[in-house]
Amino acid sequence: MSNFYTDNSDLKHHLTHPLMQKLVTMRERNFADAEKYDYAPFNYEDAMDSYEKVLEIAGEIAGEIVAPNAEDVDHEGPHVVDGHVVYAQGTQKNLDALVKAGLMGISLPRRYNGLNFSLVPYIMAADMVSRADAGFVNIWGLQDCAETIYEFASEEQKAQYLPRVCAGETMAMDLTEPDAGSDLQAVMLKATYSESDQCWYLNGVKRFITNGDGHIALVLARSEEGTKDGRGLSMFIYDRNNGGVTVRRIENKMGIKGSPTCELVFKNARAELCGSRKMGLIKYVMALMNGARLGIAAQSVGVSEAAYREALAYAKDRRQFGKAIIEFPAVYEMLSNMKAKLDASRSLLYETTRFVDMYKTWEDIAKERTLLPEERAEMKAYQKLADAFTPLAKGMSSEYCNQNAYDCVQIHGGSGFMKDYACERIYRDARITSIYEGTTQLQVVAAIRHVTTGTFLNKIMEYETAEILPELEPLRDRLKAMREKYAAAVEHVLATKDNELLDFLARRLVEMAGNIIMGHLLLLDTTRNEKFAASARTYINMGEAEVEKHASFIGNFTADMLADYRK
Amino acid sequence: MSLKIVVLAKQVPDTRNVGKDAMKEDGTINRAALPAIFNPEDLNALEQALQLKEEHPGSTVTLLTMGPPRAAEIIREGMFRGADGGIVLTDRAFAGADTLATSYALSCAIRKIGDYDLIIGGRQAIDGDTAQVGPQIAEKLGIPQVTYAEKIVSVTDGKATIKRRLERGVETVVCPLPLVITVNGSADECRPRNARRIQQYKYAKSPSEKAQLSDTALYEARPYLNIQEWSVTDVDADLNQVGLAGSPTKVKAVENVVFQAKESKQLDGTEAEIDELMKELIANHTIG
Repeated sequence: MSNFYTDNSDLKHHLTHPLMQKLVTMRERNFADAEKYDYAPFNYEDAMDSYEKVLEIAGEIAGEIVAPNAEDVDHEGPHVVDGHVVYAQGTQKNLDALVKAGLMGISLPRRYNGLNFSLVPYIMAADMVSRADAGFVNIWGLQDCAETIYEFASEEQKAQYLPRVCAGETMAMDLTEPDAGSDLQAVMLKATYSESDQCWYLNGVKRFITNGDGHIALVLARSEEGTKDGRGLSMFIYDRNNGGVTVRRIENKMGIKGSPTCELVFKNARAELCGSRKMGLIKYVMALMNGARLGIAAQSVGVSEAAYREALAYAKDRRQFGKAIIEFPAVYEMLSNMKAKLDASRSLLYETTRFVDMYKTWEDIAKERTLLPEERAEMKAYQKLADAFTPLAKGMSSEYCNQNAYDCVQIHGGSGFMKDYACERIYRDARITSIYEGTTQLQVVAAIRHVTTGTFLNKIMEYETAEILPELEPLRDRLKAMREKYAAAVEHVLATKDNELLDFLARRLVEMAGNIIMGHLLLLDTTRNEKFAASARTYINMGEAEVEKHASFIGNFTADMLADYRK
Repeated sequence: MSLKIVVLAKQVPDTRNVGKDAMKEDGTINRAALPAIFNPEDLNALEQALQLKEEHPGSTVTLLTMGPPRAAEIIREGMFRGADGGIVLTDRAFAGADTLATSYALSCAIRKIGDYDLIIGGRQAIDGDTAQVGPQIAEKLGIPQVTYAEKIVSVTDGKATIKRRLERGVETVVCPLPLVITVNGSADECRPRNARRIQQYKYAKSPSEKAQLSDTALYEARPYLNIQEWSVTDVDADLNQVGLAGSPTKVKAVENVVFQAKESKQLDGTEAEIDELMKELIANHTIG
């Protein structure tokens, strides 16, 4: 029996980041809610104390209910009965526990029965639940969609749907279709307005919909007849109580088997328009996806944590040639690199979460009053950072999660290839993280403009001036040298003015930025908490070699070489 | 019909996670080394009470515990899960009580609460494992008792229908209110602490805890944050029947017992041998 919050002090380290005081004070509007709600905090210390207490509840449920259920859920999976999803028994138990614990609508305002928590503790709960069962976190984590309703729906819709989410109803985002996966502009599901009924009806098919039978769904549909691109798409809210959508099948997946991935058939399903027509893809899906990408970054970190712990425990336990295998350099190097990637990606996750939370909180305040010019400037700055860091965090942490799952199986040797150990489930579950909510390749597409416009470089230069422990300066000097190589590589590619070459080398450039940024974040972590020192050194050793490798590849690469690669 | 429910709870050392230093040299429990927790079956009892509260709007669930002042911690724990409030029965005079003195003290407190409909407790506590306190309270109050309950099926027309889990099956009984029910560990697990309630009630404090605070204005503005503390005089208890004075049970000696496999049997595993072994194990209560 374990508590996934209290058994992992890294979480508290990130929860207590110095920026939290400002963030929480803003989110709580200087603690004005304490007058109205007896569960609202009086001050910053009170809010942080509540965050911790609630995270202890989430950690207990993750450790004592969700994690022990994970194996059975993986075997049993969900089923379709009469066009609707019946979860695996364990899934239902997990969900019931989280609902009873009031862990739904965590970041929604109190007036909708939410807890008005910062995104940081919400993402932290997702991190822990993912460590327990990566498939389950999807069902619980889709409460993210409520953020989109909160941001864009009418007051009436918010009052109707948000309290239901806080009371435990689950959500879904119905975006993809058989012919519209990465390319959502191709969405065909038809929305027709009925003048007589004064409502919209949806007809068509959606595919690969996570928790497709959730109570409340956000549906991307073509509202403008005759259009073919993203500008003809609008966002709708479908309430399962109204009927009209049936689950045709649940996909048989490699991993996250407890999470029902549905094919949905819409037959005159009554729906409400959310926000403005034609803004479905352009505005709302982008917001939805950014939230979801942060969620997948959390999922990736949680799975990485599980992988690292399984590998470490096995390596200590397993004896060969008369000693525990952890004593062999080949094994301890793998474990140290796993830990470094885990610590680095978690640090990037929470840095990104703070950026997202800062700009969203400013945006929310802007609905109540006009922001001062400097406040507006700060909001814009955080928005840009959130925009740059979200795909970086999703891309890098999901790749690290896969690498850690791979190494976890490797450390288990032959046993890891058998169904007897958790590592094989972790390995299968990890695989999706770098695919859904935008593949790593698409995260690179989203992040590369922050390489070319200098968002990453500027932030790196800022990290270079942050206060750190004096003994860490030599490590920071290495990061500065890495930054020079990165800047030179960017210059080199931009100088060619060749877009295909830029696209081709984009992943390497984004990874270089990621390696340098995570190196700096680990130095800042170490400054606050010495336990990160080994990971900082290990990560910078690894990152330095990576940057060198990419710099060498890019430096030697010319546009004419692309011919060998084109198929 | 709204119900007045009293849940009996005990703060116990967590004997499920016993480390090397759990016992002192003299064979008594080293409480410092064991975390104090809400007795597990009392949590099952609380869940039954909370389910009744949901089915009967307007009902109240009051926790009652006897122990040192720090036992207020489990009252808060119960409030985080859904209880309305609680009472810590605490007094130096209660110390050293065996089950007889404990049930006497608790029954005095329950009399003081008055007009109760159901008194629900765990079957037994994991420190003493006696399962005596619940039944003794019923006797002292002169009301019926239903032990080994797994589910309070319903409460209607002044009667409770209760499913009992017994050694060889289940039994459903109907019993008039008021009554004492002791609940088995096989009953529904207690719901988790609730995120909103933990924020609402985290400042709940007993008088002795409030004495440490400089500012107690909050407790006037939010009276539900006051955990009550009752002493011997508050519950009109007879000093000769509480604590050590009221406890006929005397511990003569405590010995450390080290289990050792003194003998072993080698079986070939024939059907007859297995049959014989099963009979033997059932006969000496190792299984069954």
